[in-house]
Amino acid sequence: MISIEEYGDFETSWCPGCGNFSILKSLKEALSELDIQPYELLVSSGIGQAAKLPHYMHCNMFNGLHGRSLPVAQGMKMANPKMKVLCVSGDGCSYGEGGNHFMAAIRRNLDITLLVHNNQIYGLTKGQASPTTARGHVTKAQPGGSKSEGFNPVSTAVAMKAGFVARAFSGEPEHLVTMIKEAMGHKGFSLVDILQPCVSFNKLNTFAWYKERSYFLEDHDPMNWEAAMVRSDEFGERIPLGVLYRNDRPVFETGNRLADHEYAKNDLKAVLQSYT
Amino acid sequence: MTDMSINIVIGGAAGQGLATIGRLLSKGITRAGYHMLVTQKYMSRVRGGHNTFAIRVGTKPISGPCEPVNILAALNEETLKKHSGALAPGGLVVAGDDLDSAGLNALRIPFKALASKPLFYNIVVLGVLGGAICLDLAILESLLKETFAKKGEEVLQGNLEVLRKSFNWVADQKYDITCMAAPENRHGRMMLSGNEAVALGALAAGCNFVSFYPMSPATSVALSLIAKGASLGLQYEQVEDEIAAVNMALGASYAGARAMVTTSGGGFALMEEGVSLAGVSETPLVCVVVQRPGPATGMATRTEQSDLNLVVYAGHGEFPRAVFAPSDPEDCFYLTHRAFDLAETFQTPMFVLSDQYLADSYRDVEVFDLDSLPETARPLLDADDGYMRYALTEDGISPRLVPGFSKALVRADSHEHDEKGKITEDGQNRVVQNSKRLRKESGLFEEVIGPDYYGEEGADVVLLCWGTTLGSCLEAMELAETTKSLAVLHFKQVYPLREEQFLEHLEGADRVISVEGNATAQFAQLIARETGFLVQDRILRYDGRPMTAEYVLKGLEDII
Repeated sequence: MISIEEYGDFETSWCPGCGNFSILKSLKEALSELDIQPYELLVSSGIGQAAKLPHYMHCNMFNGLHGRSLPVAQGMKMANPKMKVLCVSGDGCSYGEGGNHFMAAIRRNLDITLLVHNNQIYGLTKGQASPTTARGHVTKAQPGGSKSEGFNPVSTAVAMKAGFVARAFSGEPEHLVTMIKEAMGHKGFSLVDILQPCVSFNKLNTFAWYKERSYFLEDHDPMNWEAAMVRSDEFGERIPLGVLYRNDRPVFETGNRLADHEYAKNDLKAVLQSYT
Repeated sequence: MTDMSINIVIGGAAGQGLATIGRLLSKGITRAGYHMLVTQKYMSRVRGGHNTFAIRVGTKPISGPCEPVNILAALNEETLKKHSGALAPGGLVVAGDDLDSAGLNALRIPFKALASKPLFYNIVVLGVLGGAICLDLAILESLLKETFAKKGEEVLQGNLEVLRKSFNWVADQKYDITCMAAPENRHGRMMLSGNEAVALGALAAGCNFVSFYPMSPATSVALSLIAKGASLGLQYEQVEDEIAAVNMALGASYAGARAMVTTSGGGFALMEEGVSLAGVSETPLVCVVVQRPGPATGMATRTEQSDLNLVVYAGHGEFPRAVFAPSDPEDCFYLTHRAFDLAETFQTPMFVLSDQYLADSYRDVEVFDLDSLPETARPLLDADDGYMRYALTEDGISPRLVPGFSKALVRADSHEHDEKGKITEDGQNRVVQNSKRLRKESGLFEEVIGPDYYGEEGADVVLLCWGTTLGSCLEAMELAETTKSLAVLHFKQVYPLREEQFLEHLEGADRVISVEGNATAQFAQLIARETGFLVQDRILRYDGRPMTAEYVLKGLEDII
């Protein structure tokens, strides 16, 4: 097993007390326990404080555009199916700007894992509503309270019969490590929606707010879609943590590593002949 | 009818099979050894409407489409009404005997007598047209055999019988058109559309990844890649939108694929942020943009050259690029191949800028010589632990490593970054990295393909053109009846420009006329921006139809 130190230790631009620290630490622990070497991992991220995560560990990374980490991650997997592919970003990036990609990735079901740091607010742009911000939540950009209903990513993913859907909380790091490991072990598209406090801009959904409401799923059969739909809709007074749903849908088929690929000239000559 | 070529126009509603007739006939013409050029005009609808498939055929190379029609095959009344006015003197109409062709030099086809059911009416038209231009029946027979072999012997024999009957029926008719002159013996040539040639050029360069969202008139590039690339290891995906397409291609390219995206103007507008990402992350990418009239949805199935500005200036920020504008399928093949090589060498996006006219235009093409193609550049698969993705180099090109093949880590970033790919706001680093990227421009500059000059040196009038308007300009130059000498200056690479390759041609002429398929002479403006040379006159076409020699000649009459 590789040591957690091999993933390095870097200075970050995160606020003290931010949930991102715990997520980064848990991710490194999960990777260490899964015995994945930094060079065997491809990490795609978008824009936002969460999306800076791959800058703070040793790994291959493509830190791209806002909302576009999933298409990049899927391209990576198609080009090199031997690699472990991880996509890391926040709620705005993954569910707002990248909402269409989120749904398409669930449908496509490539073997990649999406970790969403969900703090229910835009942190990097200093506190506007995000897709997961609750209706009525007052911000500077929404002084009358957010007029839109909060997006529930896990119930959407379950409704779409995503391969693996889990919710975790940065305040429960041991459980978070388990969720990341299970998600990365699942063959197909996996979502871990990770609740985390934004200590600077979200005064409503605080560490204590999540702590009071969250509970670990027990006696829940994640293969039972109806039960998963009921549980995934629960967000308010009580918030379930754990694997909400999983299935063994067919995975998007990939070929060989494309960097190895070299066409046979005679095959291409035959293609040209087919036009004569 | 000119002695140079015959222009056959097949017209009808979408769904009547005119494209099938057209493709089989033009393939037969190619196999017979003629030169030919196809122009397809169609409407943005699946059935109905009014479409045409025009084949200009001759014993000499065909440079562009033409307007007078020598043989008009009308599959419906509307075609007769719309196109009989374009008939050249002595032009022949081929139409069913149920259509009113009174007053026209017409071959009235008794469909019911020649075919037992309407299913075969396409083949009747094919046979009649083949007979009318005296094509070798055996060539058409072999084409039907290839086409219908899969459908069983009974279907094949039924089609063959109808073909022979229709072909022979023509011989007994009195009509006023002479046979095509015998072609040169030029067998084994390909029949290729521009889009097919782009796909083949990509495959020849080792392209093994395409992500796309369907958009006319670019879709058939991806479809050709998928149809022909599967046996060559191509990975492909039809994605949720163009934004996904470009980002997915970049992810694949980063991970070692040779990636391409294909789209048209509106889709490319959505891709621009991703293009900028390719620029800063220095990820190779080939973008094929097949133009159609804009703004916005414009005219989805028509042609225009109005996205030059969009592509030349695509993406926010500053980064190097090159833009190629093919004029025919051969250009499509070789320029796409070159775009892949340069994208990999310079690790920056490359563009192939085609248009609907070329996309759907079939030509007879010599089989491409794969052995003569240069090797395309490759990324590294191995490096030591000290590897830095954005290492500073004199030529601005940092070693590109594919992640996962060695223990060295590859860190690509959209944000400004240091040599290791680490995000930083440092001002000095910003200048150093931005300058490093822009240094690649001098290498790209060395690689610029200069324009081709046709005509006598020091001509009075120079027709300045780019991309697909070349053929019409060349033909107009030949046909123009003027005491002034004419020349054509054609650019197949429109960016960057090296003025020492062409400026003297412009400055030496009494008059330079820009011939473009847009309303604002975008290329003339680009020349002015890059060289300070002001083009005096313009012949611009932006009605959605391709440039023709007739159009250029009419413009010339007004100007000189």
